[in-house]
Amino acid sequence: MEWRDEGLIIGTRKHGENAVIVEAMTTRHGRHLGLVRGGRSRRFAALLQPGNTVELNWRARLEDHLGAYTVEAKSLRAAELMQSRDRLSLSQLICEHLRVLPERDPHPRLLAEANAMHDNQADGYSLGCAIAKFEMRLLDELGFGIDAGSCALTGEQSGLSYVSPKTGRAVTAEAAKPYLDKLMRLPHIFGGALDLSEKDELEAAFALTEHFLNMHIWLPRQLSPPSARERLIKTICNGL
Amino acid sequence: MNNQNGGPEIEQLVQLLARLPGLGPRSARRAVLHLIKKKDTLMVPLATALDRAVDTVVTCAQCGNVDTKSPCNICSDTRRIESGLLIVVEDVADLWALERAGANKSLYHVLGGTLSPLDGVGPEDLNINTLVDRVEKGDVREVVLAVNATVDGQTTAHYVTDRLESFEVKITRLAHGVPVGGELDYLDEGTLTQALNARTDF
Repeated sequence: MEWRDEGLIIGTRKHGENAVIVEAMTTRHGRHLGLVRGGRSRRFAALLQPGNTVELNWRARLEDHLGAYTVEAKSLRAAELMQSRDRLSLSQLICEHLRVLPERDPHPRLLAEANAMHDNQADGYSLGCAIAKFEMRLLDELGFGIDAGSCALTGEQSGLSYVSPKTGRAVTAEAAKPYLDKLMRLPHIFGGALDLSEKDELEAAFALTEHFLNMHIWLPRQLSPPSARERLIKTICNGL
Repeated sequence: MNNQNGGPEIEQLVQLLARLPGLGPRSARRAVLHLIKKKDTLMVPLATALDRAVDTVVTCAQCGNVDTKSPCNICSDTRRIESGLLIVVEDVADLWALERAGANKSLYHVLGGTLSPLDGVGPEDLNINTLVDRVEKGDVREVVLAVNATVDGQTTAHYVTDRLESFEVKITRLAHGVPVGGELDYLDEGTLTQALNARTDF
């Protein structure tokens, strides 16, 4: 078995004295692990850092095997990421989010967004929007996305303003009135009609994604929310 | 098939030595054979040294270094204490490397690893609270973050910086750039950019 693909390195683990098991998010083969022999050498040290995009050649006797990677540099961002606390936190958050995806299941749109966020120097509101949309896409691709197509009560397709924390279905402001204390706000970036300030918009978006990530991914797998998430969101929201 | 060439004592020795870094079963067997051949000049002194080390080696309660007393020799050195310089390293091996370099006579603090979400290593697993306590006492003027230039290392450095933010202490880190003997052609773009940004007068 052999293939060649481009991948974003999302984690590495030491294996034995010289080798490293690399976890990469590839375009056509999804989250895929492989052994890099001599991966702990100086030659590979700068290459095998989370956040770098590399060209991977995977080879194994059977498809089920871990297999071995040969790696070539494509876009080495790690050194640049290390210069900024926020960019490093962003990269870690993206990598931790990508790690919850099932192995060997391709998610090219998520990967494209992850690469774009790594490359863009956006900050403030636009960075917050990108992270929130990425988290919502992650939920979508895992089958836990919200349903903001039509109102769960009236069937209306416009004026959707709130979301049920239980079902993830959206409702209009009018239909939501009796249940307001139990519903979550649906911000513009997820197709909502509420008129919110940039800060409120982001806070609502992150509250929504956090709730559903917690309910469907972190709690069932006994995972804690990514350590970088809270700090990064706080930095972004406080800066608005 | 029985692969034993000697008694169970020899086999146990081979198995124990094979667990050491850099040694496999074959090289462990060679080492054991060598020890047996040089029993009086090597094996007995080695056994005595190991026995003494087991009894005397302790981890320094202040810095995390290994020595035969706690506080260790480095922490007890008054010249180092007076320097007010505290170098934070990931591991004892890093401390030894810096001591080998002999560039600075300073105190050290061994974190015992780096923050790593993938391996489940959080702040409570590292010696960060003891570092904060040391800085809080007020004898430290400058903290040098000598952690590895890896994503995990730098994440740890940023976390430590956050924890020390409230104290009046200068926080610095090691420079990143071209290593001695490094050829520019083989360096990654990020390191080259950093080296160029941190250029010095010549």
